[in-house]
Amino acid sequence: MSNSGSLCAEMAAALVSGKLKCVDLTNTLSPDFPVIVLPAEFGQCAPFRVETVSRYDDNGPAWYWNNISMNEHTGTHFDAPAHWVTGRDLPSNTVDAVPVSDFVAPAVVVDISAEAAADADFVLTRAFLEDWETRNGKIPPRHWVALRTDWYKRVGTPDYLNLKKDGAHSPGPDAGAMEFLVHERDCIGLAVETVGTDAGQGSHFNPPMPAHSILHGNGRYGLQCLTNLDKLPTFGAMIVAAPLKIQGGSASPLRVFALYDAE
Amino acid sequence: MSNPLSPPKRKDPLTPSRLGHVPPRLRSRAAKAMAVRAGQGRFVLQVCEGCSEATYPPRDRCPHCWGELRWADQPQTAVLLAETVVRATTDNFFREHLPWRIGTVQLDAGPTAVAHLHGDVAIGDQVRMRLVLDRGGNPALFALPLKETPHMQDDPQLRVFTSAPKHRRILVTDGRTRLGQDVAQALLAAGAGTVFLGNSDPLLRHDGEEWIASTPNIDMVPLDLTDSRSVSELAGTLGGRVDIIVNTAGYVRPGGVSSGSRLATLQTAMDINAFGLLRLAQSFGPALGARSDDGVNSAAAFVDINSIYAMTGNAGFAGFAASAAARLSLVAGLRGEMASVGIRVASVLCGPIDDAWHQAVPPPKVATSRVAQAVVQVLQDGLEQVCVGDVAEDLAARWQQDPFLTIREENL
Ligand SMILES: [Zn+2]
Repeated sequence: MSNSGSLCAEMAAALVSGKLKCVDLTNTLSPDFPVIVLPAEFGQCAPFRVETVSRYDDNGPAWYWNNISMNEHTGTHFDAPAHWVTGRDLPSNTVDAVPVSDFVAPAVVVDISAEAAADADFVLTRAFLEDWETRNGKIPPRHWVALRTDWYKRVGTPDYLNLKKDGAHSPGPDAGAMEFLVHERDCIGLAVETVGTDAGQGSHFNPPMPAHSILHGNGRYGLQCLTNLDKLPTFGAMIVAAPLKIQGGSASPLRVFALYDAE
Repeated sequence: MSNPLSPPKRKDPLTPSRLGHVPPRLRSRAAKAMAVRAGQGRFVLQVCEGCSEATYPPRDRCPHCWGELRWADQPQTAVLLAETVVRATTDNFFREHLPWRIGTVQLDAGPTAVAHLHGDVAIGDQVRMRLVLDRGGNPALFALPLKETPHMQDDPQLRVFTSAPKHRRILVTDGRTRLGQDVAQALLAAGAGTVFLGNSDPLLRHDGEEWIASTPNIDMVPLDLTDSRSVSELAGTLGGRVDIIVNTAGYVRPGGVSSGSRLATLQTAMDINAFGLLRLAQSFGPALGARSDDGVNSAAAFVDINSIYAMTGNAGFAGFAASAAARLSLVAGLRGEMASVGIRVASVLCGPIDDAWHQAVPPPKVATSRVAQAVVQVLQDGLEQVCVGDVAEDLAARWQQDPFLTIREENL
């Protein structure tokens, strides 16, 4: 029996014909990719490391494979609610327990690249979002809010972490913006190109780290270190972001990509 | 005076490099015991417990009365009685370095002995003796002028027994720290040709960047000892152009064994302190060994700066001390392997260094500039092990008397 009328079949046909485009939102997991730097007295995020077990050599003549190690928050990664103290008592708050249906979700792209270029400490506020909605339309529920900053273009330079003597400088939301997105727009999470969902100076905000605190405290997710958000349409893209099923994991590196209608 | 050493010419690509032959390893326990002391820069001879005569070369029993021998520091002065110029030999190493001057010295300590001669000593001269290690790690006597002569370190015969920095290209593994920068500065002051300074994170700021940028003959190179690919990529770039490696990298954090520490922290310590050394040795060792007799800037030495607590453990820094112990053990293994290809392997052992991670440790703490001076001394004298600073010297002295007591003292 044919299921040519099914949604999956339609999608498959669109992928084959090129009507649906697919774009990679993932940075390459390499030893050089920067990880978040915490004050030295705290435990640090392990960078990605790779040790070759064999490469067609005496340790394995016909096969090549590596041992890899990293932190759950290394490279492009997905933050589960348990990552933050505010989300520690929520049900299904670790990557192995997050409902699989949440791994495929639509996205709305909020472009703050001009503001971020002008001011690395640009703070996304509720007022900015309300103004954005009057120009672009309302942010629909259960969407990833993808903050396009073009920050991914800084990867490989000191300007990516942008770590100065007074800490990191990168754009991010304040508490008002996060309350708005979570409680009034029911976002599934915040997706960013920077190393964290919070602004570089977010620990000095009131409350500190509002994105982490409010997202995870309400069972929402974070996607960090993304690329190519500038390739996505404002509305209509679908993000596929399925973390590794790490038992009790707070986060996971992953491959993130998006599907969107070709023009 | 010695002819001042000229900077090496670039190599003729059609001329094969000279293989670094090493003399056969002396097997006797007495010769090895003398080598250990030579590596510490001591001038020792065996003295008989029966007749009190000093004896040389090293033996198992007194040649006069068959009495027991013990090692004792001796006056370093002697008189050169006779000299010979060796013009032919079957020894693979010395064949490449002929003619070679040796002589007979009358040691003020008692015995006469055969010694290698500095170019500025002549028959009848009072000379200053040094116990040196040859390229295979065997002990030998070397006669130096009593007083410093011009360019004395540049004497070609002396240079065979040392790893002097002059004109050599030296990799200092962690240039982000004060220690690495002080070592680089001291090496340049001692005549190093180039210092390659490792930077584990070229995208992150660090102190001393302006000084490095404004200092000639320093090249900052990407090197992260926790990243095998980073180390092997740098070896691929620099392997044939590095003559000495000074491993200044280290990771120190306080913490106990059963409490007050984190496994993740200890893993980082092991990764930098122990595995980092392993990665360096695996990536750079073969290239060093292939160039151990390659002219003025032949490959010469691998120096590792480590903690004296490698020998005992250390309450309050237990995990760090364990990583230091692993590192010291690896260095011992590396020393054996490198001796067979003519490369000296040395440890500079320090007590707490005066840095941010020892803020809670009471003085005395050793200044990084002092450690840097010790590195230069190790290279100039061709040593294998020195202890720097009051804490390290005191601990080493106690350890030599009673290792298990010292371990107890440092841990409870
Ligand atoms: Zn005797």
